[in-house]
Amino acid sequence: MTSEQIIEKLPYQSPFLFVDELSKVHEDGIEGYYTLKKDEYFYKGHFKEHPVTPGVILTEIMAQIGVVCLGIYLFKETISEDAMGVAMSSNTIDFYKPVFPGEKVFVVSKKDYFRFNKLKCTVQMFNAERKLVAKGSISGMMKPVSL
Amino acid sequence: MTKEELLSKLKTIIEPYVQNEDGLANLSEETNFIEDLEINSANLVDVILDVEDEFNIEIDNDGMDKMLTVKASIEVIQDKLAAK
Repeated sequence: MTSEQIIEKLPYQSPFLFVDELSKVHEDGIEGYYTLKKDEYFYKGHFKEHPVTPGVILTEIMAQIGVVCLGIYLFKETISEDAMGVAMSSNTIDFYKPVFPGEKVFVVSKKDYFRFNKLKCTVQMFNAERKLVAKGSISGMMKPVSL
Repeated sequence: MTKEELLSKLKTIIEPYVQNEDGLANLSEETNFIEDLEINSANLVDVILDVEDEFNIEIDNDGMDKMLTVKASIEVIQDKLAAK
């Protein structure tokens, strides 16, 4: 399954699609990129006159690349015509560096387990200088749903 | 392992995931994990994984589908233990 095929199966669209490209995907993990647009809708309010990417959005980028894209890959045998139903069930993320408008972030995710439709991953995010931006654990429930 | 021992171990496993404390205080064989204890589906998976570790057994999809109540869980665990 190619990067494009996985991204096409994502249940998101603008302004809440946070995956540009997947650079590596296999049974045990995934890596991918997203570049924050300078005019993302949340910069207007976070913060007043001082745009910084909200932690919840960084978490969402990590979840979309690290958990949902990997989940679609793991379901590749059964997902053919179906859409992917997803729900984040928990996350614990620590943040180390701010991400500003226009920055490109790189997400690396390792599968902890995938059992009974629950996918749990250890996910890290790096900036363009390869400095750690955030890391933690994200879990989600995933299931192909007929359209 | 007696049924009481098994029930006691199961109670210890489910405790961290329970959202309804009254349900836990009134735990019986009829207790339903989702309806009575308000455990969510993601944590139900954690319960199953913890059961596997505690009893050194492997639960398959059929077992998982059955394990919605205390009674059904004990039956599945006993079956798996007997098959070892």
